[in-house]
Amino acid sequence: MSASVTKIYIPRDTTALAMGADRLAREIAAEAAHRGETVEIIRNGSRGLFWLEPLLEVETRAGRIAYGPVENKDIDSLFDQSFLLGETSHPLCQGLTEEIPYLKKQQRLTFARAGVTDPVSLEDYQQLDGFSGLKKALLMDGQAIVDEVKISGLRGRGGAAFPTGIKWQTVLNASPGATGQKYIVCNADEGDSGTFADRMVMEADPYMLIEGMTIAGLAVGADQGYIYLRSEYPVAHQILNEAIAKAETAGFLGTNILGSGKTFNLEVRLGAKAYICGEETSLLESLEGKRGMVRAKPPLPAIVGLFGQPTIVNNVLSLAAIPYILSKGGQAYADYGMGRSLGTLPFQLAGNIKQGGLIELAFGVTLRELLEEYGGGTFTGRPMRAVQVGGPLCAYLPESQWDTPMDYEAFQAIGAGLGHGGIVVFDDTVDMSEQARFSMEFCVAESCGKCTPCRIGSTRGVEVIDRIRNNENRTANMELLSDLCETMIDGSLCAMGGMTPFPVQSAVKYFPDDFNQQPKNSEGGA
Amino acid sequence: MSIQITIDGQPVAAEEGHNLVDVAAENGVYIPTLCYLKGHPCLGTCRVCSVRVNGHVAAACSVPVADGMQVEVETTELADMRKALIEFLFSEGNHNCPSCEKSGRCDLQATGYEVGMMVSRFPYRFPVRERAVVADHIWLERDRCIFCQRCVEFIRDRKTDQKIFSIKGRGSTAQIEINTELANAMPPEQVREAADICPVGCILEKGVGFNDPIGQRKFEIQSVRERALGDKKK
Repeated sequence: MSASVTKIYIPRDTTALAMGADRLAREIAAEAAHRGETVEIIRNGSRGLFWLEPLLEVETRAGRIAYGPVENKDIDSLFDQSFLLGETSHPLCQGLTEEIPYLKKQQRLTFARAGVTDPVSLEDYQQLDGFSGLKKALLMDGQAIVDEVKISGLRGRGGAAFPTGIKWQTVLNASPGATGQKYIVCNADEGDSGTFADRMVMEADPYMLIEGMTIAGLAVGADQGYIYLRSEYPVAHQILNEAIAKAETAGFLGTNILGSGKTFNLEVRLGAKAYICGEETSLLESLEGKRGMVRAKPPLPAIVGLFGQPTIVNNVLSLAAIPYILSKGGQAYADYGMGRSLGTLPFQLAGNIKQGGLIELAFGVTLRELLEEYGGGTFTGRPMRAVQVGGPLCAYLPESQWDTPMDYEAFQAIGAGLGHGGIVVFDDTVDMSEQARFSMEFCVAESCGKCTPCRIGSTRGVEVIDRIRNNENRTANMELLSDLCETMIDGSLCAMGGMTPFPVQSAVKYFPDDFNQQPKNSEGGA
Repeated sequence: MSIQITIDGQPVAAEEGHNLVDVAAENGVYIPTLCYLKGHPCLGTCRVCSVRVNGHVAAACSVPVADGMQVEVETTELADMRKALIEFLFSEGNHNCPSCEKSGRCDLQATGYEVGMMVSRFPYRFPVRERAVVADHIWLERDRCIFCQRCVEFIRDRKTDQKIFSIKGRGSTAQIEINTELANAMPPEQVREAADICPVGCILEKGVGFNDPIGQRKFEIQSVRERALGDKKK
């Protein structure tokens, strides 16, 4: 056995690190040395099966075998039960990774390589189809690339679901003026509650994002790209910078990409922990070194964007879908999905859920399938009561709505949204009036303060909900809350104030009892 | 290019790309505004000019007109929304008109009258924000600031084009700041301009006050609506 090297995969993804992956990797290496086993530990990205993290994989003849969640105390028994030889008797053994139903049932287009590869290995990336989209794009003119994206039906994955191809066309057509400069900006300020898909792209498969942005640059004639990354993602920051440096050295970035004579430079810029900087115009202000304040539109960033130049601002997931679309063709992507929601969406299951993680599936799957088949019920084991889909600005849904297909239009029809695909689950102990209050409170904390309805409406909203919860003039205050929500929805400058009322209104609509009951902790009160 | 739009069902001729607030005023339709300053870029902060454009609510100051645009201004729902926005602003700060030096020439007060606001339906916040009195010729009564950002964008140092006013903090803890050094270099007419474009009594000129007797103040001579419409008033 001593001659052969066994490959062990332990993720370097933030979730895995939080669960002790670094220490696990060190201890496994030490134990292997102690026992005279030759192992190679590869720090891969996460597979997205977060409840199994740290998920350790061993390469065998049959394929990679998964063990998880592995703690340091399990190391001895793993070695004792010959896990390096592919013995599957250990209680933590999950069998072949690819056969775990949670993973096997998914349709992974964007996340095909996530967790499979060493994220910064150019060889791994290229072995699994990496840069084939870029190579095709280098032979196409800008319009042909944009047309391919239009055929794919890809819509902005940041939440607004604006057709990506149309945005690119606008930037392609826009005149950059005397400087000739256009920009590609990647919105990696992933701030919605319960979302981690962007982070997983950057930590598990950064070259895919680099390739997507480079293709965008080729499509519209931009030679400079920026990734606006939230500073809460230090691991992603490090991995992106490693990947960018390696890609430059290998000629996939920089001047003369793969000998084509074309140029694309890429830099990562860190945000400063403001939720509002995920809004594209605030993001641009911040990127320019100013306060993250929302700009009034028009003009659109596609025409007057970063430093006043035509700019594509796309979410990580939108740009990450591009290499597949160029490599396999727009139609191959459009073959997934339903109606006008084409392709796949990486859903992110979080909150009070037994099996949290990333589930990439074509649009059209129902929320119930995600919650029950994948999520396996609540973490606490209590009945589920409410689910917030799409982040802090989207509706709370009761069980009666869980059979709605995950589709932009179907969700819009029930007054909800898919947003960035984040799903946060609550059990029956949740007080929805408190959640409604939280929505307003979140807006108070995160509003840029530029427009009246968002800045003041949210502050007033917290107070009005407090009064309702305290039984003060309930009927009058419920009416006031409704007025306030309407004014915020219609009057706000951007989606921050314009969508904050959606969770509030849904809480009132679907969980009216929570607004009628006496306060839980009031004794001898009203 | 000359185009046609409709405002409240009435056909109106306009130049493409012109600002909807201006187009409406030229045709005798008053849209209340606070942050918008004719001839300057749109700020889009106060939202008081909210109207419906092709079915969607939008701030009129941020809308360049386009052919066939259908604009609704005078509907009960929109009028109530504009009133609610003014009420928001009154409830956010301390606007005690009888004791305010700006009374009678205050845009917020005048617009409040125009939209028919009597009292705010939203609870008053009564904030306590410290005054800024250090600059030589200007002081800030911060409780009255409505964050319109007119001063931030349009009052700049004449030599360097640097901003003299800025907003610090965010959301409900934001407040207006002044760069004392640059403020002290402002010529007297710029000091007056800053005080004049402030739509409330936040930016005040030191050494003057209550100059115009009651009955002869700006909006008593001519209402905010009449000023907006000029000779086009219906």
